[in-house]
Amino acid sequence: MDSFFVITSLLKIVGILVVILTMVSYSVFAERKVSAAIQDRLGPNRVGPAGLFQPIADMFKLLLKEDFTPRAANTFYYWLAPCLAVMPAIITIAVVPFGSTLFGVPMVIADVNVGILFVFAIASLGVYGIVIGGWASNSKYPFLGGIRSSAQMLSYELSLGLAVIPVFLLVGNLRLTTVVRYQVEHGWFIAPFVGDWANPWKWLLAIPMLISFLVFMIAIFAETNRLPFDLPEAEQELAGGYNTEYSSMKFALYFLGEYAAMITGSAVVVTLFFGGWYFPGIPDGSHGWIFGLINIAVFFTKVAVVIFLFMWVRWTLPRFRYDQLMRLGWLFFFEIALVNIFVVAAILPFIRA
Amino acid sequence: MTITVPRPKLNWRERLYLPAIVTGLGITLKHFKNLLLGRTKVTMQYPEQKWDGNLPDYYRGAPALVRDEDGRVRCVACQLCEFICPPRAIKIIPGQISSSDRFAKVEKYPEAFDIDMIRCIYCGMCEEVCPEQAIFLRKDYAITGYTRAEMVHHKDKLLEIGGVMHGVVLKWNKKK
Repeated sequence: MDSFFVITSLLKIVGILVVILTMVSYSVFAERKVSAAIQDRLGPNRVGPAGLFQPIADMFKLLLKEDFTPRAANTFYYWLAPCLAVMPAIITIAVVPFGSTLFGVPMVIADVNVGILFVFAIASLGVYGIVIGGWASNSKYPFLGGIRSSAQMLSYELSLGLAVIPVFLLVGNLRLTTVVRYQVEHGWFIAPFVGDWANPWKWLLAIPMLISFLVFMIAIFAETNRLPFDLPEAEQELAGGYNTEYSSMKFALYFLGEYAAMITGSAVVVTLFFGGWYFPGIPDGSHGWIFGLINIAVFFTKVAVVIFLFMWVRWTLPRFRYDQLMRLGWLFFFEIALVNIFVVAAILPFIRA
Repeated sequence: MTITVPRPKLNWRERLYLPAIVTGLGITLKHFKNLLLGRTKVTMQYPEQKWDGNLPDYYRGAPALVRDEDGRVRCVACQLCEFICPPRAIKIIPGQISSSDRFAKVEKYPEAFDIDMIRCIYCGMCEEVCPEQAIFLRKDYAITGYTRAEMVHHKDKLLEIGGVMHGVVLKWNKKK
């Protein structure tokens, strides 16, 4: 391991951490602004120009709040849980390629060959933060929230995993940089038309890929506890859900974790279906550092668009009932994702030929 | 007795959910877009935008004592307003006007006149009951303070809000 690799990796880690944390605080702000716009309001506009310093004010407010630990809570786990909620969400970003190359350095922190498996493995840990938090609070509403989230996240992980298999059937490699590279050559997976225009099978492929995308997206909604499936934190039923007993920075960590998970989820969606850092017509970083920067900008713009989709859906749809959620997950998405794999597998030989 | 609520039979389009979801997304996007383009009417941004110019003449804001054109405090400390005030917000300490004064005939003046604005309900009864046209409800509505003591309007403050009232009956001028 040479020092060049170590230094560039550290720089990348610091850079991506700064970007992600900024994005987290500003996505909270964006959420409030988007929700306001959708509901014909203006949203936060007092702190700074157009309310842009609101996240800083929010942070100070949360820091200054009383950090309360209920007497009946299991202190160790009560303190551990918020950290467990944030960590996986941020770690996952390590394997996502957020740019092509910059000065010859690949813009991905860890280009591991088990890419997507790593994402799933770490993202699944996110459930612990919620379940442990709900249990350690020793209070009935957080407990119910924790139980709900464990069942929900486990159920949807299934369709999450199955939905992306078609992508990897096509690519033939789990490495996420390879996935992006494949999309550079063959077009985004959401519209895989680039290259072989005449082949009708390629057009046929678009349908299962769209289904795959929809199932994956919906499963990500469920995984990040976003609104159509935000039963673990159903305010109206559970008085706030798993984070009811949390206050101050511990609550903020949960909040942070939720948005970090959302950003990571969006990053994975962008990498798998929207071509990652690739935008048609823009060359990669080997053609000059300016293109490397543009690629990174393209990636984060796409992530922002997907985050907007998250918010847009949140402020449009009402919450599912728990039985509907489970039925949808087990009896609909699971099957559809499974069938989808076979459909893509059947199309595959005609494309490769 | 059980009542069976007939559920509507959904066709395949409705059962698919997706068309309805897309329609809903379209509606919210329309609202989003309209606000960004400035087509939506939003709430008045209060401290920056105010509606003060449009307040009606009968608006009942903070009660205040007034002076007439001669600069005389019109209140004669009859204490009718203190008596009528439903939340008992008004407290008056009457004082004697010295015989050398131009308005010695009035006999009394308020030595202290306090209105507790925490108690005041802006009902306007003080204005209605006043035989001297000395107390009026003005259009000040943003009455704030950091302490309870600050929220009690003393005579000076009341006169400051009230100012000079023109066009009122000047009966004392004739009885000099």
